[in-house]
Amino acid sequence: MTGIISDNVGRTSGLIKAASGGGGGVWTKIKTLTASADATLDFVDGSDDVTLDSTYPIYVFKFINIHAATDTAIFSFQGNASGGSGYNETITSTYFESYHQENDADSSLTYNTSGDQGQGTAFQNLSQQGLGVADGTEDDMCLNGELWLFGLSSTTFVKHFISSINYNDKSASVYSNNTFVSGYFNTTSAIDEIQFKMSADEIDSGKIKLYGLKDSA
Amino acid sequence: MSGIIAQNSGRHTGLVKASSGGGVWNLIKTYTASSDSDLSFVEGTDGVDFTAYDEFVFKFNNIHPSAHSAFGFNGSIDTGSNYNVTKTTTVFNAYHDEADSTTNLGYRTGEDLAQSTAFQNFQQDWGADNDQAGSGYLHLFSPSDTTFVKHFIGRASNYHDADYAIDCYVAGYFNTTSAIDAVQFKMSTGTIDAGTISLYGIS
Repeated sequence: MTGIISDNVGRTSGLIKAASGGGGGVWTKIKTLTASADATLDFVDGSDDVTLDSTYPIYVFKFINIHAATDTAIFSFQGNASGGSGYNETITSTYFESYHQENDADSSLTYNTSGDQGQGTAFQNLSQQGLGVADGTEDDMCLNGELWLFGLSSTTFVKHFISSINYNDKSASVYSNNTFVSGYFNTTSAIDEIQFKMSADEIDSGKIKLYGLKDSA
Repeated sequence: MSGIIAQNSGRHTGLVKASSGGGVWNLIKTYTASSDSDLSFVEGTDGVDFTAYDEFVFKFNNIHPSAHSAFGFNGSIDTGSNYNVTKTTTVFNAYHDEADSTTNLGYRTGEDLAQSTAFQNFQQDWGADNDQAGSGYLHLFSPSDTTFVKHFIGRASNYHDADYAIDCYVAGYFNTTSAIDAVQFKMSTGTIDAGTISLYGIS
């Protein structure tokens, strides 16, 4: 290897040599949306530099310090099929959680039937209890974690998702709540739009980052 | 942005415009244990900068204790002078013994923490036989933030002293709005005889 590519091997800024397989690495950061009292955060293929198509077989959303505006808010997502109207795809999903209260009074590992869906078209919950609010008593509460989406562009298979999150939920004594949500959009249409929102009021603050993962050289 | 960097933006091969930090996963530091009482990642030491990313991932690989004990971690808000940040956590695991006589999935009430400053362990009784070790990961979100608590999510597979495979899930938060500027890993007894812990920043 010679020339300008060779000259740039080992660099970490400006111009760098692409990783084997191209794309600048296996993980490519596509878009970061920062909430500021937003009703929704939307990732739409072809809009605002967002890619949600066959470019990547796997997409990952990262949630950084997601903070709700009201104490009953549940963080959730839905998809919209290519050419479709509205975030209302059919979902079958599972939801289980591990939780523990700060006062040590309550803890469990349990399936939560309120969080799953059986061929539902509602937004899929990623948390189940109310998140902390900006009322001066729970300003430090938030949600962090990730959501993996597989094969969104497939027109043969359903689209699976897997999520792991930790959040504080509002109670007389605050909980640490570790949720595990997975399931599938039961459609063979491509999904090219994903929306996140709270069940009540806005996403007060926080970031959602979208990454694409390559699977071939 | 102009010139050659602009001309190469959006390319996928050859020369490409670097992401911030040179990639999404950025290896910051790997420590290799050799009978160490602890392995500590401290702000300002060996390139560790907990302010540089929104998310950090520790990958621990083949952690082998000198004596059967628990592998755990804690945070510091005073650059490693003390590792005693208040935490509330959850712990559950799945296990299966080599004799194929016992399996379970359940919450571990004796291993979680409720507003405790103790180290958070990834399961008790990591085996210390020559072939016994454990591996896993710990995600830490926004440690330098001064508004919110700091969440973490981890998982470890380890070889229990009594010859079980253990799959341990740990999550929770450092219940502080002070910045976490150091993270320490250690065994509850003895030393980390061997193994590596790598710290990555996710851009």
